[in-house]
Amino acid sequence: MGHGPASDWGEDKAIAYKTKLGLWLFLVYVLVYIGFIWINVASPKTMGKIIFAGQNLAVVYGFGLIALAFVMGLLYDYFCAKKEDELNEMEGVDK
Amino acid sequence: MIYNASPFAVMIFVAFVLGVLWLSSYFAKKTTTSAGYYAAGGDIHWGVNGIAFAGDYLSAASFLGICGMIAFSGYDGFLYSIGYLAGWVVALFIVAEPMKRLGKYTFTDALNNKYNSKGIHLTSAISTLIVSLCYLVPQMVGAGSLVTPLLGMPHYIGVILVGAIVIFIVATAGMASTTYVQFIKGLLLIVASSVLSIAIFVHGIKTPPSEDYHKFQTINATVTNGTVTAIDSDAYRIAGAQQDAKGHYVKLNKAGVNTWWRLVEEDGNTYLNEALTVVNSKDGNVLYNGEPKKAEKFYPVGHASKIMVDGEEVTETGSVSPFKFLTAIEESTIVRFEKTIFMDNGDRVTLWFQNPTSGQDIMKPGLRFKVGEDSTFMSKLDFVSLMIALFFGTSALPHILIRYHTVSSPKAARKSTIVAISSIGFFYILTLFMGLGAMVTGVLDLQSSNMAGPLLAKFFGIALFSVISAIAFATVLGTVSGLIVAASGAVAHDLISNYFGVPLTDKGQVKAGKIAAVVVGVFAIFLGILFKGINVSFLVGLAFAVAASANLPAIIMMLFWKKTTAKGISASIVVGIISALTIILLSPKTFEVYGLIPSDAPIPMNNPGIISIPLSFITLVVVSLMTQKDGVGTEEKRLA
Repeated sequence: MGHGPASDWGEDKAIAYKTKLGLWLFLVYVLVYIGFIWINVASPKTMGKIIFAGQNLAVVYGFGLIALAFVMGLLYDYFCAKKEDELNEMEGVDK
Repeated sequence: MIYNASPFAVMIFVAFVLGVLWLSSYFAKKTTTSAGYYAAGGDIHWGVNGIAFAGDYLSAASFLGICGMIAFSGYDGFLYSIGYLAGWVVALFIVAEPMKRLGKYTFTDALNNKYNSKGIHLTSAISTLIVSLCYLVPQMVGAGSLVTPLLGMPHYIGVILVGAIVIFIVATAGMASTTYVQFIKGLLLIVASSVLSIAIFVHGIKTPPSEDYHKFQTINATVTNGTVTAIDSDAYRIAGAQQDAKGHYVKLNKAGVNTWWRLVEEDGNTYLNEALTVVNSKDGNVLYNGEPKKAEKFYPVGHASKIMVDGEEVTETGSVSPFKFLTAIEESTIVRFEKTIFMDNGDRVTLWFQNPTSGQDIMKPGLRFKVGEDSTFMSKLDFVSLMIALFFGTSALPHILIRYHTVSSPKAARKSTIVAISSIGFFYILTLFMGLGAMVTGVLDLQSSNMAGPLLAKFFGIALFSVISAIAFATVLGTVSGLIVAASGAVAHDLISNYFGVPLTDKGQVKAGKIAAVVVGVFAIFLGILFKGINVSFLVGLAFAVAASANLPAIIMMLFWKKTTAKGISASIVVGIISALTIILLSPKTFEVYGLIPSDAPIPMNNPGIISIPLSFITLVVVSLMTQKDGVGTEEKRLA
C-alpha cells in the first residue's frame, strides 16, 4: 500500500522559509501563552485587576490570546504566500 | 429536572436528522474509491474544509461542556476555550503543511512516511483507536444529555440514536459526507450561538431572572451549642440534621414532606437557607426535594442576588453591550449552587446549597481550579498540566489530522487552518457570554452541567431551543462521524492492510473501513451509556492529554529531529499512551467516578500532560539514540 500524498501539487521551494517562520511565530505565541499560565498560577489576584474598558486582566488576556492566534495566522499566511509566489514562480514551478 | 418534549422541537430535530441522512446517501453514490472514502478525494475547497474543521472541533465538549462549566464555575470554564483555541497555533505553524505533504489517508501514513515501519503502523493505529475512543465517549454522553430535554427520552436512547445515525453516515459515504455535515453544522452552530449571545445582551440581567423562577426561602433559626434548636416558622418542624466539611444542614418537615436547609451565620444572625436535594432512599426510591420527580420540585436555578451597574444597585440592567454585560457580572453577586453528598439514616442525600459569589471571583480563575489562596503545589501543577495538554492536544487528534488530507495542497491546508482559527476563536469568545448568560437566567439543571447552553436557548423561546438543540445534536453527529472515520481508517487501512499485510483491493479497503466503522460505533454506544453524567469537557480534556502524550512528540520529532528512528517513534507512542492512561485511571477524579474516595487516589493529579508528554519526548530521544544503526530518513524527506 502506498503512502504518498492524496493529491499532487508539484514542488514547493518555500518549505524551508515557511518552516522557519512557523517555528518563530510558534515560539512567540508559546511565550505569550506561558505568560498567561504563569500569572494564573503565580498571581491569580492580578488576573482580577481591571485594566481595559472595565474588563479585568483575565478577560483581556484570554480574548487577546484568541485574537493573537488569528492575527498571527493571517501574518503567517501573508508571508508564506508571498514567498511561495516569489520562489516557485522564479523557478517556474507549478504550485 | 423534568423535561417535556415539544412537537416543534421534535419536528426541527427530525428535519435535521433527515437532512444529514439525505446528504450521506447523496455522497454515498459518489464514494467508490478508498481515496473518496478516507480523504473525500482530496479536493475539498479550503474554505469549506476550514469550517468543517470548526465542525469537527466544536464538539459536544465545546458547546455543551464549556458553556456548562462556565455557567457553574465562571471564568475557569473559559480557560478550556482559551486552551482549545491556542492549540490551533501548533496545528498551523508546525503541523498543517507537513501533514498534508506526508500523508495520504490516515495520521499513521504521515508519521510512517519515511520509515515504512510495521511498529509505527501498529502503535500509531492503536493510538488513533484509543484517542478516538477517549474522544467518542464524551460525544456520546453529550448526545444522551441532549435528547432528554429535546425529545423527552431517556439518556441511553440518545446514545443509541446518535450511534445508529453515525454508523449509517460513516458506513455509507465516509469522509465526503462527514466533511459536508461538518461544514453545515459548524456554520449553523456559529450563527445560532451568535443569535443566542445577542438575545442575552438584549435581555440583560434581571433579578429574579423570570416571573416563574423559584423563590428560595430563608427561615430564622436559633442555634444552641452548634445545633439548631428552634426555627422561626410554624409550618415546619425540625426532623434531623447533618454536618460535613462544607456546612451544617437541617432537615425540615412540612406536611409530611422533608426538605433540607443549610445553616448560615452572618453578622451575628443565624438562619436557614433553602437547598435542593436528591435523596436516594435505602428502599430504592428517589425523591427530589422530598417529593417524586413528577411533582417538579427540583427547580432550575441560577440568579444574581445583587445586580450592580455603574456602582448602583438595580433590579435589572436592561439591554447591554457585550463588554457592559461582562462588567455587570463583575460588579454583581451571583448565586451559584455547591454540591455535597452525605448519608442520613441510610439514605444517600445529594444536596446543592446556595453559594453567593462575587462577580469578581467569577470573572477570574479559582472557582474550579485551585490556583488562589486555597491552592497547593499539586493543584497548581494540575492546572498547568491541563493547559499544556489543551495546547498540545489539538494537533495530535487523529480526526483533526485526517482533515488535512481532504484538501488539494499544503497551501490549502494552511489556509483552511486559518479559517478554522477565525471561526473557532469567534465561537469560543461567545462561550463566555453563553455560559455567564446561563448562570444568571435561572435555567440550570443542577444534575447536568452539560445542558446549560440548550436550556439557556429554551429561556428565549422554544424555536431557538429547538434549533440550538438540533444543531448541538448535529454537532455530536458530525464529530462522532469524524472520529469513527479516523478509527475505521486505523483498523482497515493501518492495521489490516498495512500491518497484517492482508491484500485488499481498493473496494476491499472501503468495505473493511465500513465494517470497522460499525464495530467502533457499537462500542462507542456502549461506552456512552456507561459514562452518563460526567461533564463532557472534562472528558475531552483527558482525551487531549492522551493525544498530546501519544502522538505529538512523535509528530514534532519526526519533523524536526533528524536522528528520530522508527523504534523511537513507536516507543514514544506506547509510553505516551500508557503513562497518560495510568495517571488518569489512578487520579482523584476517576476515583470519584468509581465511587471511591478521591483523596485515596495514589496519584494526586487529574491531568497527566505535564508528566506524560515530557516522558514520551524523552523516550523517543533515548530509544532513537539507542537505535541509530537502524537508520533514519533523510532530512530532505523529513521536510519534503
